[in-house]
Amino acid sequence: MTAVLETQNLRKAFGGLIATNDVSFSLPAGARHALIGPNGAGKTTLVNLLTGVLQPTAGRILLQGHDITGLPSYKRVKLGLARTFQINQLFPDLTPLQTIVLAIAQREDAATGWWRPIGGRRDLVDEAEALLLQLGLIDVRDQRTATIAYGKQRLLEIAVALAGKPAVLLLDEPAAGVPETERHQILDVIAALPASVTLVLIEHDMQLVFRFAKTISVLVNGGLFVEGPAAEIARDPRVKKVYLGEEVVDV
Amino acid sequence: MSALLAYFKPDTSTASGTLLAPARWRPLEILFWLFALSLFWLAPSKVLLLNEIAILALFALSLDLILGYAGIVSLGHAAFFGLGAYVAGLLGKHGLHDPIAGLLIAGAVAALLGFVTSFLVLRGTDLTKLMVTLGVALILRELANKFSNITGGADGLTGVTMGPVLGLFEFDIFGKTAYAYSLAVLFILFYIARRLVNSPYGLLLRAIKGNALRTGAMGIPTDLRLVTIYTIAAAYAGIAGALLAQTTQFVSLDVLEFHRSADVMLVLVLGGSGQLWGAVIGAIAFKFMYDWLADITPQYWLFWVGLVLVLTVLFGRGGLIGFYQTGRDWLARRFKTGGAQ
Repeated sequence: MTAVLETQNLRKAFGGLIATNDVSFSLPAGARHALIGPNGAGKTTLVNLLTGVLQPTAGRILLQGHDITGLPSYKRVKLGLARTFQINQLFPDLTPLQTIVLAIAQREDAATGWWRPIGGRRDLVDEAEALLLQLGLIDVRDQRTATIAYGKQRLLEIAVALAGKPAVLLLDEPAAGVPETERHQILDVIAALPASVTLVLIEHDMQLVFRFAKTISVLVNGGLFVEGPAAEIARDPRVKKVYLGEEVVDV
Repeated sequence: MSALLAYFKPDTSTASGTLLAPARWRPLEILFWLFALSLFWLAPSKVLLLNEIAILALFALSLDLILGYAGIVSLGHAAFFGLGAYVAGLLGKHGLHDPIAGLLIAGAVAALLGFVTSFLVLRGTDLTKLMVTLGVALILRELANKFSNITGGADGLTGVTMGPVLGLFEFDIFGKTAYAYSLAVLFILFYIARRLVNSPYGLLLRAIKGNALRTGAMGIPTDLRLVTIYTIAAAYAGIAGALLAQTTQFVSLDVLEFHRSADVMLVLVLGGSGQLWGAVIGAIAFKFMYDWLADITPQYWLFWVGLVLVLTVLFGRGGLIGFYQTGRDWLARRFKTGGAQ
């Protein structure tokens, strides 16, 4: 079985600091994988390497068998690698409907049409509406994104990524900063994602990790510390020591 | 009749209706163009001023496409305006007297400069953009000054002769043909820009302006899309400059001066950037303000312009169009609540 997303000896050095140290992992289609690790473990750097924000010092990244190591971000998206951001990256002046229609139009190579009005392609608009409905955003469809509730913005962040119909979705702390009362909406949406999407969850929140992840990689000091099924990781005394220990104390 | 009324009252309850609504022409817009056309007969003594307004509006429209929609700041937009003016002037002087052909060539040459310089402009921060655009305009101005054997240098380019528009309408000393010609060009390019800003590409530009990190993460090659609009805007500015050269049959270094780049920015801020009508309304307001203030306080008119600019930026961020929209929405709300009680 070929891996959907694979890294081979990935390494990133900023001068003398090695932020990503020889990371190799391989995810099968439909994986529910979590990437965890204490602060400074190199989670963000790894995400930036995967998405093309940073170029690795050495190593390769394969997406569905294609070598994407040297590709710019937008081309990786085209090949099926989408992400959400830890801090919302949305269009404050556009409505959720406009945002999603644009994302779908981009996927369908229809985003450069400059003569016919936006909204003219009924199939795209219908798909956008269905997605907004699915994510519970239909009630804010026509409001400026800047004015909608934070929890809804987090959902829109996921919706934009889903609109591209990705093969792999990197969720970077999807529930970060969301008030407790709105969290369940985000958890429900993630739980309902189709198995055709391979999920990589970059998370701090252990409750969220153990609810969704079937497999977990623990990063420490830029390198893979352990990886394995979620239940094993939860029992692993070494992981508890470097990471979960502090969490348990915090809770 | 009911079909016509239905056109002006788009159904905003459905998703596609909401998206399509801004593309519908509003009655006020149509009235505006009819009124502008009627001035040809109603105010024949003002056509010279009206011609200048139409040209300034087109220039501001060009800046609006990059600044208002795509978020690219520029302090050197006169580079394209001036280049278009010199190209059209030189063509008129050296044998190509057909105005439309001259206009198209001037637009194409300006577009070429826009395309080439876009790669310099699109790297870096806003400050870099301001400096690069300013630098390009300064270089062009000095080149025009230096090659005075071609451009006429500080004395200006004289001897520009223009044939009749479409082979039918000779330019006259009162500027009547000039105004009709500029207004027609402005209308056509306004129409095209209006299609563009309401299209998927127009939305894409606004998205890039809003958050380029996100458009990249959506799979959009952000820089490539900005190159396109910068090139289009350069063509628009070049055509505006060409109109000035053709209708005045004279080109001076003034078309490349810094104050032109600054004025057009002022026009856009005054009218309201990010709205096509902001460029048009801003041009009208600016020219009339200039005309009126220069009349009463010839020496201090810039003082008043400065004051208006500061007040607009501080209190009416959407410019005059913003004031209009705020007022309209306020009235609509008042009317609605009043009706419900």
